[in-house]
Amino acid sequence: MTGLLSYGAYIPSARLACADIGKALRTGGGTGHRAVANFDEDTTSMGVAAARDALADMRDRAIVRQLVFATSAPAYADKANATAIHAATGLRSEALAVDMVGSARSGIGALMLAARAAEPTLAVLADQRGGLPGSTAESEGGDAAAAFVFGSSADRLAIAEIIGEASATDEFLDRWRLPGDRSSRVWEERFAAEIYPGLAETALSAALERAGLKIDKIDHLVVTGLHARAVRRVIKRTGANSVAIDQGYQGRIGNCGTAEAGVQLADVLDRAGAGQTIALVVLSDGVSVLIFRTTRTLETHRAVHPVAAQVEDARPISYATFLSWSGRLQREPQRRPRPSPPYAPPAYRRRRWKFGLVGGRCSSCGRRQANPGRVCAFCRSVDSMQPEALADIPATIAFETVDRLAFSPHPPLTIALVDFEGGGRLRCQLTDLPEDWNGPGKRVEMTFRRMFTTDGIHNYFWKARPLRPVRERGA
Amino acid sequence: MPSNGICDRVAIVGMHCTAFAEHWDRSADDLLIEVADAAASAAGLNLDAIDAFWLGTAQSGSSGLTLSRPLRLPYKPVTRLENLCATGSEALRNACYAVASGAYDVAMAVGVEKLKDTGNAGLGGAGVPDAADDSRWETSAPANFSVLAEGYAARYDVSPEHVKDVLVHIARKNHHNGARNPLAQFRKEVSAETIRNAAPIAGQLGVYDCSGVADGAAAAIAVRSEDAAKYTDKPIFIKGLSLIAGPSAGFLDDQYDFSTVPEVVAAATDCYRQAGVTDPRGQIALAEVHDCFTPTELVLMEDLGFSERGAGWRDVLDGCFDLEGVLPVNPDGGLKAFGHPVGASGLRMMYECWLQLRGEAPPQRQVARAAQPGALALTNNIGGAPGDCVAFVGVVGNELGEAR
Repeated sequence: MTGLLSYGAYIPSARLACADIGKALRTGGGTGHRAVANFDEDTTSMGVAAARDALADMRDRAIVRQLVFATSAPAYADKANATAIHAATGLRSEALAVDMVGSARSGIGALMLAARAAEPTLAVLADQRGGLPGSTAESEGGDAAAAFVFGSSADRLAIAEIIGEASATDEFLDRWRLPGDRSSRVWEERFAAEIYPGLAETALSAALERAGLKIDKIDHLVVTGLHARAVRRVIKRTGANSVAIDQGYQGRIGNCGTAEAGVQLADVLDRAGAGQTIALVVLSDGVSVLIFRTTRTLETHRAVHPVAAQVEDARPISYATFLSWSGRLQREPQRRPRPSPPYAPPAYRRRRWKFGLVGGRCSSCGRRQANPGRVCAFCRSVDSMQPEALADIPATIAFETVDRLAFSPHPPLTIALVDFEGGGRLRCQLTDLPEDWNGPGKRVEMTFRRMFTTDGIHNYFWKARPLRPVRERGA
Repeated sequence: MPSNGICDRVAIVGMHCTAFAEHWDRSADDLLIEVADAAASAAGLNLDAIDAFWLGTAQSGSSGLTLSRPLRLPYKPVTRLENLCATGSEALRNACYAVASGAYDVAMAVGVEKLKDTGNAGLGGAGVPDAADDSRWETSAPANFSVLAEGYAARYDVSPEHVKDVLVHIARKNHHNGARNPLAQFRKEVSAETIRNAAPIAGQLGVYDCSGVADGAAAAIAVRSEDAAKYTDKPIFIKGLSLIAGPSAGFLDDQYDFSTVPEVVAAATDCYRQAGVTDPRGQIALAEVHDCFTPTELVLMEDLGFSERGAGWRDVLDGCFDLEGVLPVNPDGGLKAFGHPVGASGLRMMYECWLQLRGEAPPQRQVARAAQPGALALTNNIGGAPGDCVAFVGVVGNELGEAR
């Protein structure tokens, strides 16, 4: 039987206070905060962060045979984005890696297909939501990612069983965006608000019937969708009084679109007890429902970075910074040449390092090396390097320099020499730093980022960021 | 290491150096024409009498045509070479070896750089990165060298205030010397307060901790020592020339503490052996060192053997390397005040040795001891960044035979 084997979520730490939008534009904005992807993040990099957490507990990543990446904001068109996530998480080459990009519906679509898959499947959901300055899409949207591994209990003990699922699909114009446009449009809200509740009732009834449950036996009801009014209406109709409603973090991180259902499911899994039922109802051009029952395994296999803790771990940014990160505010460039784009053949030849941060350990002298060459930097043995993954190893900053002269999409750049626990030094950029940061001696973790984009080519590589606290196993 | 060297076998018999400046009105061609003609004239020659040329430029042209084209050289051998900031010294080293071998009788080493035409404040393009997958980030040179200050302070437990005092002292000294050099890019003394309060550039370095970005060219004529008298009555003689390329392991090695540049130590050791120098601080009359950034000069004082390990910062503060000190360092203002047109800098340093050892430096900065017979002078470059660099050390003297 197919079950949920593991999960992880990623919420970027930058927060925009929506009131700042109103202050700047003298209109709109509203209250609360939204999560904002850093300038060096995109849906692919955030997807990597979530996927790494989902895989953190899997010593043998080889069990994953499929990767599905869902987003409405792909970093690339034509070129698959799932392959970068595949490379960064070190999945085996036989594993299928495909995108489901374009609509927010692809989020629940990826979850449903993964849940139905015959082979262990990693579903990665990520989104960056925004809109024209002053729009509700801008103030109510959010950026985040979530990832889930589904598989049979023969592969690994499940943390939750899938006990029911159903969909109700229909064609109607709710919100849309032409390819290439940067902002979506919405039909008069009351129109779809009339359609969704009926679809939700149909899908939820069917799913509950398959699960052999009545609605009052659902311990956690999660209803998500970009249509806020419809979501509220469905919650109201679904017997809100008899069921615990899980509300998500609307005013804290915003609605994360394609990833929203995943983030909320992860949040429930962070808290749910063993043997509890979770109904995930997603409103998005139709309604789809997944019903889970958690197992005792969940209690010892929760994600290492709980959603609630990531929501708390916030650093404020200004509206001008938000606009400039999202490319809507073009600033005076630094007076220096942009770095050349990554060249495809060398990036390919060194993909295990560039995308996977796989270093080496010399089998002759035993010293671990980041960015390994064919010749050992210490004993000069040739081709003696055994691959050794560095991405999940914490490091300590030995030296740190704020470089106000070097090119950066958002200067100044902070460069550091970091020493990995157990050996190996890497010279890399730091990111996600708080205002009062002073690095030497501090511990950092590696994070996959988009360094810059030149000539339409994204340059992905790893940076270090302040080490985040992790949930103790079994807690 | 069998590095036999060419001690006393080759002499420099003519030199010239252009003014280093933002030469908006002059091209690299213009600088080359000036410097090549003038260096030849200084040896009493015209260009037709030069048998072969070594042209050093980091980014202002490729191939020997960069020199032969503007000078319309009549079918002469011209080698263009590049070795980062040691490029000018490399040109000289190769020209000297060519005459020492007997392959040619008269060789010219010429270095040029035209940095100010790019519109990027002279900052070079990233070009094709070393690791062309771009996983190695291109940081600025001041960021790369700032770490020496932190590494040195940590190793010898020097307080941040003392470190700052040392860096300010070095900057002030080199600007002081540059103010006595009509060819220098910056010819004004700068107060300690101005230096101390300058806008930050990278790490703890401010704008006055950084070398000047300038256009310029310098050239030398090399012949075998036995022929030197034909061209000048005051030749200077090559004692040692050492160029070292490091294994580039500094960024990988968690044992490397950035308090020293091992490539410089290796080049100095090799050069001193070639030159018979056993007591650099006592034997050398002046040193032109690679003060690309102020912490570099501090660390170099120890790596070149001018100070004991851990004592360099005190020696700097004590004025040992001031113009009036026991061992004047960068009497011409250094990269800091003279400016740093990359391919020309090594030869610019040699030009100062040429002036000083012949007693021809402007009186305000002539080091008395350097004009005495048997005096030695040193030049030094670092190309790249600490942890990943090439280094050059050269020693020249104004007499044949053992150092006095």
